[in-house]
Amino acid sequence: MLCQECEKNKATVHLTKIVNNQKTEVYLCQDCAQKKGEFSFADDPLSLHNFLTGFLGGEYPQQKTPEGGLVGVSDCPNCGLSYSEFREKGRLGCAVCFDNFEEQVTPLIKRIHGREEHRGKVPARTGGLIRKKREIEKKRQEMEKAVRQENFEEAARIRDEIKKLEKELEG
Amino acid sequence: MSLDKKFQTEQSKWMQGKGPMNDVVISSRARLARNLADYSFPSREDAKQLHQVREKVKQVLEDLQYKLDFLQMEDLSELEKRALVERHLISINHASQGPEKGLAIDKDQMISIMVNEEDHLRIQVLYPGMQLQDALRLAEEVDDALEKKLEYAFQEKWGYLSCCPTNLGTGLRVSVMVHLPGLALAGNLKQTLQLVTRLGLAVRGLYGEGSESAGNIFQLSNQTSLGLKEEEIIDNISGVIGQVVERERKARQYLLREREVEIKDRVWRAYGTLAYAQKITSEEAVSLLSDLKLGIDLEIIKEIDPAILSQLMVLIRPATLQRINNRELDEIERDIKRAELIKKKLDGGVQNVR
Repeated sequence: MLCQECEKNKATVHLTKIVNNQKTEVYLCQDCAQKKGEFSFADDPLSLHNFLTGFLGGEYPQQKTPEGGLVGVSDCPNCGLSYSEFREKGRLGCAVCFDNFEEQVTPLIKRIHGREEHRGKVPARTGGLIRKKREIEKKRQEMEKAVRQENFEEAARIRDEIKKLEKELEG
Repeated sequence: MSLDKKFQTEQSKWMQGKGPMNDVVISSRARLARNLADYSFPSREDAKQLHQVREKVKQVLEDLQYKLDFLQMEDLSELEKRALVERHLISINHASQGPEKGLAIDKDQMISIMVNEEDHLRIQVLYPGMQLQDALRLAEEVDDALEKKLEYAFQEKWGYLSCCPTNLGTGLRVSVMVHLPGLALAGNLKQTLQLVTRLGLAVRGLYGEGSESAGNIFQLSNQTSLGLKEEEIIDNISGVIGQVVERERKARQYLLREREVEIKDRVWRAYGTLAYAQKITSEEAVSLLSDLKLGIDLEIIKEIDPAILSQLMVLIRPATLQRINNRELDEIERDIKRAELIKKKLDGGVQNVR
């Protein structure tokens, strides 16, 4: 594939940005990527103070910017937090950071909690949709149980309830 | 508004030493981390925005039924802030510099809400004894009331979003403060705490991260906040605490049975020193108070209120001690005033040790 900027050199840099679930992908050559000022290719060894290193991207070595950021990981478009700042402090800057650094943060979260799916409380006002999804999930399990017990009438009743809920969810 | 007189004399509810399992469990705390959806987390937001956050939260809190006092941290003196840390009402981080920090507390000092700490909101409820369920219930109640007016940063997958990934999900951190002199004397403490760690709890000394285990007092808390329901987190930790309490009680009975004279000697010596010392450091005092409390729990000494440990472990701390005396004290003066305070508490017997 050729660089999307100069359309001459071979694209060696793959830049993925995820902002508010909008994914944009750019393929660039090293020269153009450097010119765009997003990152450079100085070979910067990992900082020893960084205890998070093991958690963050250690498994697949990537090129580093002079600031120690990963090539291909852009700053948070909302609060401006850079990946290197996140790595240094282990703290996120805002809600959008979670989308922006999703790929890097997910393994870390999994490492800390051993899980990656919230199962607890859902805020009443903002969480209506999630509540409904959970209700559907619960009813599905009930339905499967009814089927296992060969209680097909009950299963059919629950199935109708699920359908109704799913319709509400779409609407 | 500044801290008024009541913080010198009146005690936080948790310091009254009541509550289930109060022979071993000093206090139970539930803390929820919350952030507002429309602002970046405090470390990435400027003072103007943080001011808005604080004003917003303040306004919402004023309308609640809890009658909370709202304090602006910059209005408090260093001493006042440190005294709040000593009472476990705010974190060390919240007592340090930082723009637009706020604190809401109720008159029993059971509810304390930190504004613009690491997260926009840290809702904390502190109860005496083993009362995690109740602590959680009240924290959730306050949380619900706030959420009616404030939009939280929340994601389906990761739950309540927090600045530090360790608080994601429920945002819930529960911690239980336990007093384990029996296990320490019987030589089973290390083993027990290792077990607790293996069961997924964090163990810390009395004054939080990195602090040593003064007076055989430890804080046990959950490590993970994501992927479990709030009740499951509480159940898990309650189960472990139940075991710890059981072992501690057994150790105490063993000591009384097998090493009676040694234990009685230790308890009475602690009483003697505390009652007659003319100056005493906080380390020595806490360690002796631990022995004294063991003696009270084992009914070796019957005339002293068991709450003495919960109370004095705070009142003898440097900042609180200076506030009680209404002036700054150097180290030697503190040791003298500390000895006086303890002596007074013990002289009065049951009546005075409120």
